[in-house]
Amino acid sequence: MSIGLTLLGLLETGPRHGYDLKRAYDEHFGQDRPLHYGQVYSTLSRLLRDGLVEVDGVEVGEGPERKRYAITSAGVTDVHDWLITPERPEPYLHSTLYTKVVLALMSGRSAAEVLDVQRASHLETMRGLTRRKLTGDLADQLICDHALFHLEADLRWLELTAARLDQLAKEVRP
Amino acid sequence: MSAEIDGGPLLEAVDVHKAFGPTPALDGAAIRLWPGEVVAVMGPSGSGKSTLLHCLAGILRPDSGTVYYRGAELSSMSDVARSELRRTDFGFVFQFGQLVPELTCLENVALPLRLGGQRRREAERAATEWLERLEVADVANKRPGETSGGQGQRVAVARALVTGPKVVFADEPTGALDSLNGERVMKLLVNAAKDTGAAVVLVTHEARVAAYSDREVVVRDGRTRQVELAQ
Repeated sequence: MSIGLTLLGLLETGPRHGYDLKRAYDEHFGQDRPLHYGQVYSTLSRLLRDGLVEVDGVEVGEGPERKRYAITSAGVTDVHDWLITPERPEPYLHSTLYTKVVLALMSGRSAAEVLDVQRASHLETMRGLTRRKLTGDLADQLICDHALFHLEADLRWLELTAARLDQLAKEVRP
Repeated sequence: MSAEIDGGPLLEAVDVHKAFGPTPALDGAAIRLWPGEVVAVMGPSGSGKSTLLHCLAGILRPDSGTVYYRGAELSSMSDVARSELRRTDFGFVFQFGQLVPELTCLENVALPLRLGGQRRREAERAATEWLERLEVADVANKRPGETSGGQGQRVAVARALVTGPKVVFADEPTGALDSLNGERVMKLLVNAAKDTGAAVVLVTHEARVAAYSDREVVVRDGRTRQVELAQ
């Protein structure tokens, strides 16, 4: 995800200091990966250089100067273009899981074991997300659901592959 | 080897075989259920997971192998004794609520208590509490046909738990529901079971439903498989 565009999107709601931006980012989008201050200020410098934000004011206090940043019209255009451009659907054609299953079959190992262990690992992760969802707010629930649906898709593939192992073995075994 | 009563599994199936005509449904299935835990029984359609649930619940008698409940051999009990056990110690939730259509939701939930000899007023008081707990108090006086799928399933969960069962058997409890209603049913079912200390055998082919469990057992071609992940 583009941190620059996300910060621009947050600035569209009104000018903010770098610290406020970091807090807003962490609150809405940084559940597992809060931003470092360094990332915020380096990103803002780049956005400033590219004319996507401007300094809206400077507060002078006891500490260092605090710049307040505002989005420019060019920045608004960039955010708009980003929001309406669909994300590229990942085709996932180069799957490590598929490679492992084929190699297990080719080498005479148990491909069913590979699938079983993977299923158990996926479910363990899904349990953790489900627990988090049960105690979280709506934002947490939606974020966890997104991850859960993706993991569930993997599991459906694991089940389907498990049902086709004999057929696959005939095709890939030398 | 027989399960022990104290400190042992609540429910245990050992080398269970069951066939329907020439078709084997279970082929050496084994499972242990400990008090208070939620175990998901997963597997593709036709793998034998519902048959395993029915054998564990004493609804079906295995062709061979043994099912123990609190150390007693369930599979060799008389039909009457198993029926009694199902009424007193087990609760059931099926894919399509299976509520009695002529009774109101309140009467449906009170029914297991009434069958156990409780007076109507007491039974309906307990049923009302469970309907409130499952957030369906507003349908108490409606018949099941007048409720939505999600409401009906929550009434069914209330009916399964009203007797204070030791084990709840849930067979695809969210299979007929959309995602949002399914999640609500699972959350309420698992929370209520945890609160009352009931163990749950949860048959499902949906991973997101299985993720509400403490662990999973996979059934494939009538055989059970459990994977222990290295920590």
